Amino acid sequence: MSSPAYNFAYLDEQTKRMVRRALLKAIAIPGYQVPFASREMPMPYGWGTGGVQVTAAIIGPADVLKVIDQGSDDTTNAVSIRKFFVKTAGVAATTATEDATIIQTRHRIPERALGEHQVLVYQVPIPEPLRFLEPRETETRRMHALAEYGLMHVKLYEDIAKFGHIATAYDYPVKVNDRYVMDPSPTPKFDNPKMDNCAAIQLFGAGTEKRIYAIPPYTKVVSLDFEDHPFVPYRFNAPCELCGSEDSYLDEIVTDDKGGRMFVCSDSDYCEGRQAAGHTGSLISAPYKERAARG
Amino acid sequence: MANQNLRENDEPLLIADDLSKSFGKIIACQDVSFKLYPGEILAIVGESGSGKSTLLQILSGQQSSGQGRVSYRMRDGVTRDLSTLGEAERRFLFRTDWGYVHQDPAQGLRMAVSAGANVGERLMAVGWNHYGRIRAAASSWLERVEIDVARIDDTPRTYSGGMRQRLQIARNLVTQPRLVFMDEPTGGLDVSVQARLLDVLRNLVRELHLAVVIVTHDLAVARLLSDRLLVMKGGQVIETGLTDQVLDDPAEHYTQLLVSSILSP
Ligand SMILES: Nc1ncnc2c1ncn2[C@@H]1O[C@H](COP(=O)(O)OP(=O)(O)OP(=O)(O)O)[C@@H](O)[C@H]1O
Ligand SMILES: [Mg+2]
Repeated sequence: MSSPAYNFAYLDEQTKRMVRRALLKAIAIPGYQVPFASREMPMPYGWGTGGVQVTAAIIGPADVLKVIDQGSDDTTNAVSIRKFFVKTAGVAATTATEDATIIQTRHRIPERALGEHQVLVYQVPIPEPLRFLEPRETETRRMHALAEYGLMHVKLYEDIAKFGHIATAYDYPVKVNDRYVMDPSPTPKFDNPKMDNCAAIQLFGAGTEKRIYAIPPYTKVVSLDFEDHPFVPYRFNAPCELCGSEDSYLDEIVTDDKGGRMFVCSDSDYCEGRQAAGHTGSLISAPYKERAARG
Repeated sequence: MANQNLRENDEPLLIADDLSKSFGKIIACQDVSFKLYPGEILAIVGESGSGKSTLLQILSGQQSSGQGRVSYRMRDGVTRDLSTLGEAERRFLFRTDWGYVHQDPAQGLRMAVSAGANVGERLMAVGWNHYGRIRAAASSWLERVEIDVARIDDTPRTYSGGMRQRLQIARNLVTQPRLVFMDEPTGGLDVSVQARLLDVLRNLVRELHLAVVIVTHDLAVARLLSDRLLVMKGGQVIETGLTDQVLDDPAEHYTQLLVSSILSP
């Protein structure tokens, strides 16, 4: 039910047009960070105001919206963003990945492969992958313009020198369409391969830093690495204890104060879908040894 | 082959033509011209404010000259006017075929990353993609500048002034540049630390057949390292020649003063 006090999806039409222009430019130059005039939203920064503005600019009355935070539809953040659009745009909401036309996310990409009818909107806190080693904005822009990306490997080199392997587990840098290096921020690197050749449109909004970037459908996305230290998507080496999944990304849940813990799918919709289809997990909370899984 | 090498060494690497630059009313450098040949070491000396650093920055393309031209013979043998290079080309040249050693190592190093990554950065920038090989190259360069390889994973913040300066040199030389610019590389170091740095430098430039333009106000440094000398005063080159000749038998009165005030006990 759209309240008369708001414009459709809260943002005024002029602002939406401005965001859409930025989005079109972002899609035309995959991985390139387009500056945009980020607006105040009726929620605190850090709550995904960049993603919310992107969603507001693309959503239509017929869309079906899903919002996830850490793979879950039920966190305060996910619930309030979903409510926000149900109220201001009157759209239908869902928790089922396959039913959604727009999925706004922080941290995760759904386990279920996305389709051409879908748009994935990422909430991004820090869009600049080079920021870690180069604080000057003028310099990082020049590096992107000239495709000078040696610095990204300096970061990975430091990881290996310190930890013996590339320890970066989130915000793992990728090269998009053989050109721009991009920060998927803050998804776990386990999800990086899902960005590659994805059928859905992927849009990234950073509110505080006022940047929008995008990956068009079926675009090459490669995680940076070294020949002798190849990219490895990390996952706890255990099956989900609720649905038995061996290949989904797991959250570790502490079950008592004696070190007991269990591993369950981070993507709750995926997990529930599997359980409904009859898959079961052990439900025995044995402590599994953590290690990297290749593949 | 031998003929070609001969020709390579016969042709200048860097040519300065009539360089002038002023800041408002201050003339920082005026009508400077010279040619630098492969493997040659040119020292620019002169009192503070005489325009040495300004000239070095113009030569290395970091400042534009008001007038005149700098040309460089690229690796493909073609001599190009540096002002006609695109930004990407200029930056590529700067981090492959050239080196630039700053007086303050903090300006030339990444103080927050390890020594190994500092040395490896240029290799990664030109596409090296094998950690083991990058690390091996970094180790070998640390050795060449006499830094204990055990310190490869430490940041330069934990290094002494002399070590930082030697690390800066390794970081610059790892891509085997043909030309290195240095602005007072020994400035601010103790005499004994300076001596070691100079020793390392002298060996490396000979071994690698490096051409160097070094700015210094220390005539002892110039004598030890350079083949040729360019004496500057008030932005102008007032005397130039083989280093030993100029220092032993200065033609200009100003150079005589410079030599006597600094070299005599
Ligand atoms: N950015 C600038 N703006 C104005 N004046 C400048 C600038 N850079 C240099 N100058 C002036 O140009 C002249 C030459 O300066 P430069 O730094 O080249 O001298 P220098 O020979 O390197 O001196 P030092 O030995 O003290 O480093 C000086 O009078 C200086 O004040
Ligand atoms: Mg100076």
